[in-house]
Amino acid sequence: MRAYIIRRIVQAIPLLFGISVILFLMMTSVGDPVSTMGGRQRVASKDRDRLVRQLGLDQPIHLQYLFWLVGNDWYRIDTDGDGEGDAYGTRRGVLRGDFGSSFRERRPALDVIGDRIPATLLLMLTAEIVTVILALVIGIYSALRQYTFADNLITALAFIFYSMPIFWIALSLLWIFSVQFKQAGLPYLPTVGMFEPGKPVTPLEIARHMILPVASLSLISIAGYSRYIRANMLEVINADYIRTARAKGLSSRRVLWRHALKNASLPLVTLIGLDLPFLVGGAVVTEQIFSWPGMGQLFISSLDRADFPVLMGLLMLIALLVVVFQILTDLVYGWLDPRIRLT
Amino acid sequence: MATTDTTPSALASMRARPAETRLPRTLAGLAWMRFRRHKMAMFGLGLLIAILVYIVGGSLVFSEAYANYNDTTRRLQSPSAEHPFGTDEIGRDILARTIYGGQISLIIGVLAVLLSITIGTTIGMLSGYYGGLVDAVLMRITEAILSVPTLLLLLVMAKFFGGRIPDLQLLGRQFSGSVVVIILIVGFTSWTYLARLVRSTFLSLREQEFVLAARAVGARDRHIILGHILPNAAAPILVSATLGVAAAILTEAYISFLGLGVQPPTATWGSMMQGATGAITRGQWWLWFFPGLLIVLTVLSVNFLGDGLRDALDPHSDKKI
Repeated sequence: MRAYIIRRIVQAIPLLFGISVILFLMMTSVGDPVSTMGGRQRVASKDRDRLVRQLGLDQPIHLQYLFWLVGNDWYRIDTDGDGEGDAYGTRRGVLRGDFGSSFRERRPALDVIGDRIPATLLLMLTAEIVTVILALVIGIYSALRQYTFADNLITALAFIFYSMPIFWIALSLLWIFSVQFKQAGLPYLPTVGMFEPGKPVTPLEIARHMILPVASLSLISIAGYSRYIRANMLEVINADYIRTARAKGLSSRRVLWRHALKNASLPLVTLIGLDLPFLVGGAVVTEQIFSWPGMGQLFISSLDRADFPVLMGLLMLIALLVVVFQILTDLVYGWLDPRIRLT
Repeated sequence: MATTDTTPSALASMRARPAETRLPRTLAGLAWMRFRRHKMAMFGLGLLIAILVYIVGGSLVFSEAYANYNDTTRRLQSPSAEHPFGTDEIGRDILARTIYGGQISLIIGVLAVLLSITIGTTIGMLSGYYGGLVDAVLMRITEAILSVPTLLLLLVMAKFFGGRIPDLQLLGRQFSGSVVVIILIVGFTSWTYLARLVRSTFLSLREQEFVLAARAVGARDRHIILGHILPNAAAPILVSATLGVAAAILTEAYISFLGLGVQPPTATWGSMMQGATGAITRGQWWLWFFPGLLIVLTVLSVNFLGDGLRDALDPHSDKKI
């Protein structure tokens, strides 16, 4: 077991290294971070030179990557533009936990990212929990009533929601529950944000703001998840051991909940485990539509301003979580299903 | 005691069975028979044909110049007899734009999938057939792509390649270079699932006797890969290509909705909805409703079609799903 974990971690190192190199190469040409630093004013060319030097953007790309990775406190950088190094840098590099400073906010990229994590996780975890619970109910229900009218209706609905772009669902829900309900004088749901500016921030207020984004996110995921659960459930209830359990006279309920559901939900562990790290990335489109102050919005605004310390930090954080959760998922799965042996 | 099967009347009815109900003899015939019985797949096929008629036939009614013609005096008009889908922020006819936008959306979907199928199949074949170092390297690349959220990766790539490809003239029409960018980036990021699928087919088949036999008579690797093993993976490749078109159309819509996709004057269904969030509270529902509805209908029909193909090509699958 320990050897397995160590081997997986060792394998992950070149993977993460490769990802970081490719992303870094792309980052440095997604835009010009300096051009928007003057606010509405154009950046004068002598200021530009100074800024570029300060940010280390004048260095060749491999040095920029090296500074990003291991820091530049061992290297004399040229701060006054005379072509000679005159002071050691202050960056410590990703390997020592320093993701650099956000170009836009002039503070550590990790702080900028960390500020968004609560809002993102609040939205994404809620959506994930709603999705899993409803998908389990719907999936099991339609598996037990295979090919009945209800099952066929659920299948058709799942296909329809699965085929919808999330922005169309989000816009439709907004249109119905915010705009039309307001016009009709009914209690309506808020359109954007996490709370009303100027009003006290209560959990209830935040919950009210979460209804529409969570509904948009869940409707699509439920469609996919419930099909998956239905397929697993069907496979299990047609298995020999279930027939045996029935044959020895156990009640249907006991067979279903004690015997079938356990095995049918095993693959779900993998599905959720592999989903979780991506939740940190937020929901770019949904957050954009509902102005939810999460990671997706941070990503879009950072991409706009080519703020690549933040972009790199965000993407590498997710990649790292993906690797960690893959290992965790395998371990949990092996623990739940003794037939699986990790080698 | 005669069983019911051998009674004279049963025999007579068997003989009297009309020729059409006899089972087709070819595999393709069998598949088509199963496909025809699949109600959702036939519905999907019908819907897709209707959409194709709409975007191809529509371009005979409205010219592209009309679709791009803007007249600010008629901006943001709600649907009327003259403009059934209304007009947009700068007074373009939305109906005409959905026709030309749909062409681009579908072209992007199909070409991106062709690219992704080519990459995915090639990588899967090489990885599964040769194994060893080739497999290790190719699978690490696959994992690397899977470790970054697709949409975020696509947005970075869209920004990276954006503006690097000049506008194209093709068939007397002008296409924004961004169309090519989207095709490339969607194609380059969506092949991982297929690569794994093809790889596993190759892994399980390369040890079988027919491959050994082919090798024994002196067939080259190239011939064994393309002529003997690949045909066995044709059905899953076809199914995943079909479903891939639906996914690619959605992906394009997401990127264009966020403003990093296809750039004006070329429209797609996704890019037409770009400014729609603001339109919500202003009550201009027609700006986002029609292009979105067309996306849903197209993706739905392609998904139905893919599902039917899966059931038709793999008779075992309907028992599982």
